[in-house]
Amino acid sequence: MDKAKEKRAHGALKRISGPVVTAVGLDAHMYDVVKVGNEELMGEVIKIQGEDIIIQVYEDTAGIRPGEPVENTGLSLAVELGPGLLTSIYDGIQRPLEVLVDRMGNFIERGVSAPGLSHEKKWEFVPAMKVGDDVKAGDILGTVQETNIVHKVMVPPRSKGGKIKEISGGSFTVDETICVLEDGTEIVMLQRWPVRVPRPVKAKLNPDIPLITGQRILDGLFPIAKGGTAAIPGPFGSGKTVTQQQLAKWSDAEIVVYIGCGERGNEMTEVLTEFPELEDPKTGKPLMERTVLIANTSNMPVAAREASVYTGITIAEYFRDMGYDVSLMADSTSRWAEAMREISSRLEEMPGEEGYPAYLAARLSEFYERAGRVIALNGMGGSVSVIGAVSPPGGDFSEPVTQNTLRIVKVFWALDAKLSQRRHFPAINWLNSYSLYLDSLNEWYDKEVSPEWNPLRAWAMGVLQKEAELQEIVQLVGSDALPDEEQITIEVARMIREIFLQQNAYDAVDTFCPMSKQYDMMNAIKHYADLARTAQTGGATPQQVIGITSKNELPQIKFIKDYEPALEKIMKDMEAEFDAMRAV
Amino acid sequence: MKEYRTVAQIAGPLVFVEKTEPVGYSELVNIVTADGTVKRGQVLDTSDEIVVVQVFETTAGIGRDSGIRFTGETIKMPVGKDMLGRILSGGGKPIDGGPDIVPEKRLEITGAAINPYARAPPEDFIQTGISTIDGTNTLVRGQKLPIFSGSGLPHNDVALQIARQAKVPGSTEEFAVVFAAMGITREEANYFMADFEKTGALERSVVFLNLADDPAVERTITPRLALTTAEYLAFDLGYHVLVILTDMTNYCEALRQIGAAREEVPGRRGYPGYMYTDLASIYERAGIIKGVKGSVTQIPILTMPGDDITHPIPDLTGYITEGQIVVNRELHRKGIYPPINVLPSLSRLMNLGIGEGHTREDHKKVSDQLYAAYAEGNDLRGLVAIVGKDALSERDRMFLEFADLFEDRFVRQGLYEDRSIEETLELGWDLLATLPEEQLVRIDRELIHKYHPKYRKKAQG
Repeated sequence: MDKAKEKRAHGALKRISGPVVTAVGLDAHMYDVVKVGNEELMGEVIKIQGEDIIIQVYEDTAGIRPGEPVENTGLSLAVELGPGLLTSIYDGIQRPLEVLVDRMGNFIERGVSAPGLSHEKKWEFVPAMKVGDDVKAGDILGTVQETNIVHKVMVPPRSKGGKIKEISGGSFTVDETICVLEDGTEIVMLQRWPVRVPRPVKAKLNPDIPLITGQRILDGLFPIAKGGTAAIPGPFGSGKTVTQQQLAKWSDAEIVVYIGCGERGNEMTEVLTEFPELEDPKTGKPLMERTVLIANTSNMPVAAREASVYTGITIAEYFRDMGYDVSLMADSTSRWAEAMREISSRLEEMPGEEGYPAYLAARLSEFYERAGRVIALNGMGGSVSVIGAVSPPGGDFSEPVTQNTLRIVKVFWALDAKLSQRRHFPAINWLNSYSLYLDSLNEWYDKEVSPEWNPLRAWAMGVLQKEAELQEIVQLVGSDALPDEEQITIEVARMIREIFLQQNAYDAVDTFCPMSKQYDMMNAIKHYADLARTAQTGGATPQQVIGITSKNELPQIKFIKDYEPALEKIMKDMEAEFDAMRAV
Repeated sequence: MKEYRTVAQIAGPLVFVEKTEPVGYSELVNIVTADGTVKRGQVLDTSDEIVVVQVFETTAGIGRDSGIRFTGETIKMPVGKDMLGRILSGGGKPIDGGPDIVPEKRLEITGAAINPYARAPPEDFIQTGISTIDGTNTLVRGQKLPIFSGSGLPHNDVALQIARQAKVPGSTEEFAVVFAAMGITREEANYFMADFEKTGALERSVVFLNLADDPAVERTITPRLALTTAEYLAFDLGYHVLVILTDMTNYCEALRQIGAAREEVPGRRGYPGYMYTDLASIYERAGIIKGVKGSVTQIPILTMPGDDITHPIPDLTGYITEGQIVVNRELHRKGIYPPINVLPSLSRLMNLGIGEGHTREDHKKVSDQLYAAYAEGNDLRGLVAIVGKDALSERDRMFLEFADLFEDRFVRQGLYEDRSIEETLELGWDLLATLPEEQLVRIDRELIHKYHPKYRKKAQG
């Protein structure tokens, strides 16, 4: 081999400053994974400056000295993809936390590596192709029953493909050859994919199917499309985490990837203990069977936090390629941005706004752009919907992370601390939130819910908007000064807020509200509004109209599973009361 | 141990040392001044050419002639059983005139992160005897619940009352208290110590004192020493430990001071960009581990500069901790103790520790209803100021009165008044009973029939 071209894979440390270290005497490319120090801590090359190779280290660097060795693996930071991902709980660089407990006890020490997938476990592979079939990249060779989810084993995206020479079913580990192509290529179930590179697809589709979440304010007023992007910003204490967990539990995606990025340990534990116990409303199996969790709490190494969102979205894309709808929650992208800022400042880079690196906007948009409804290489349709939480400091939405996120995402669920103080949950502000998917989803609602739904939603939004205007007047002159008609509007708006918008995540029934029930509930409120309007034009006073007692039963509908008879009774009672009013 | 006399620069709390053998990051450093005094420091940045040392004490007396000794190990804290009842300096040295701590273990003070998988969910209700906490912002074992206060407010009284009264109903185990003072005045410290001695709490306490006139940089290690001790007591000896850290604002000021001395790019209001991660490495050291007996519960106290809850210190704290108890100046002015404003207060773990099997089945809904009604009444106060009471509807007037009643009876209680959770909930129902029943929309019928005073009287009569 040519001496000059020989790679220098080993170097030595020159400087250590927190999670950022400098090595010399090493050839490296950007984002190569390196082993740092005597303990072989995992790191990644993030800057090259002449002889100086600057590395972010995924573990604590205390005690590491200049002069210790650095080894370049020549690989980029990648995740292991294959059977065994589901039900796993990983840290930011795909080390299974359960395995880490076995290896190093209750606390996360450093210098322990653990593969993302079990390389010993055998999986029952059932071929879907036979010898002589022509396959290309992305094609499904066969399946493995991973949990209640069928794991589709695909030809790796970068494979040239070809004719199958050998393929057979049976028990295999992820490393064993399941298929041989005529050119001699051996295919195993394990795929490695660099986390910072999006997995290829054939085409991206328009988002015209909603992701049903069972949360009334979301499905009803501000829906997100499958393959769409949404942001939940919220000052602390406004119920952001609960909202995200509700989405993870109830959205109609087949696979859930939940990234706890720089969040609280105890809250992660809540997720970790709750998910395995939760029953999937569709299959009756534990929700965990279709979930991958990534937990990198705020006190775990900051560089691993930076990597965690990439690890998560790469896993999501892998399931998307099998034809699944995946929803990915990132809680919180602000912590991710802060990790970028911290590392950038250690690199002594010129800071942009508020100390965040100048490439903040680019990184955020790259990340959200990996969402989408796609035709995979194998022709199957799948989607990755990304729901990112942002935590604006001081609840100030003008800060860079929120602003740069809002420029990209299509749905904004504005959590409001004022509402949560009033125990209005979910505390999503109906005036500031928006969904840009409404137009593209209209057709779906017409077909799947009711042709009356879209006008009904527009009516409800109109009432809420009107209420906001009227409230300003009420603040000044009191509610009695309003015209009769507007007093009824205020009452109807209150009903929409308290009956439709408020939803109790902790109530066994109310926690998930199907679209048909949402329609019935809103329809009932509209029915009251119409009756009230007729009565009022017929001469009834607002006190009479508002004093109808049967409507006070409406909130109870939320907590009843088979609500139809009760609702019907309320509707009848309402009509009867109005009839009686007219008779007098 | 090799001693270097190659100090190149001293700036604020930082000493720059040239041409050393390889020195480890985070290593403990001893600095010997000309008169023989030994000062301690820690490596912040290390390279072949220059090593940056942060000195925990004043840099007075350190010069280019000072000797620098690198100890080859990171900072460790000697811990032992006999620590309970002791008073230590902010740097961990005994200052109560007693003997040195007999170390059973020497632990890294940075403390590794608890593997989220090894954590057990906190769910044991802690009864503090304070209605605004137990009833509406419940504290649970393993939680970190800070008190957000302002200068001149009685947050110390609240913290002491919690330390004094905290218990898990049905359990006889007493809490061990680890108390870390950072930059508080001698007077405040004495107040805490007097109360600890009076109630006998000192015997089951470990106290770390870094007072206002102690070196500011030492404050950056005081909470870590305290938490290392707490973790040892909890996870090695099986105690349930309550850690009180006061005042975190002073800690953050020290952090900013070091950042400025290092000429780092500052973040918001001059605080370092890594303050979130740094605070997380303190606050996250609370919790329970599966299969291990003890627990660490944290009550950090911070004074919000200018009562501004959006200031970076309370803001970042709130993002890490599981809620906050907000002490309010207006209530204090009205003469209400404890002046806890429940509206911005929150306990994120509350739902895990309340309800059937923990407190009582109606707890959550009573709490929600109290909140909602108080919030509504409180909003109406603004309206009354403009239009006068007469312009209000009957309904509005009732909520307005409810708000006053809530502050006067539910919030207000004595410094030594220890209310059981039943008493707190009964009080809540009594107040709710002043509202018409149909206004109680957050409580289902069934519970109303079971607990509403109106029905209970009927049932009894």
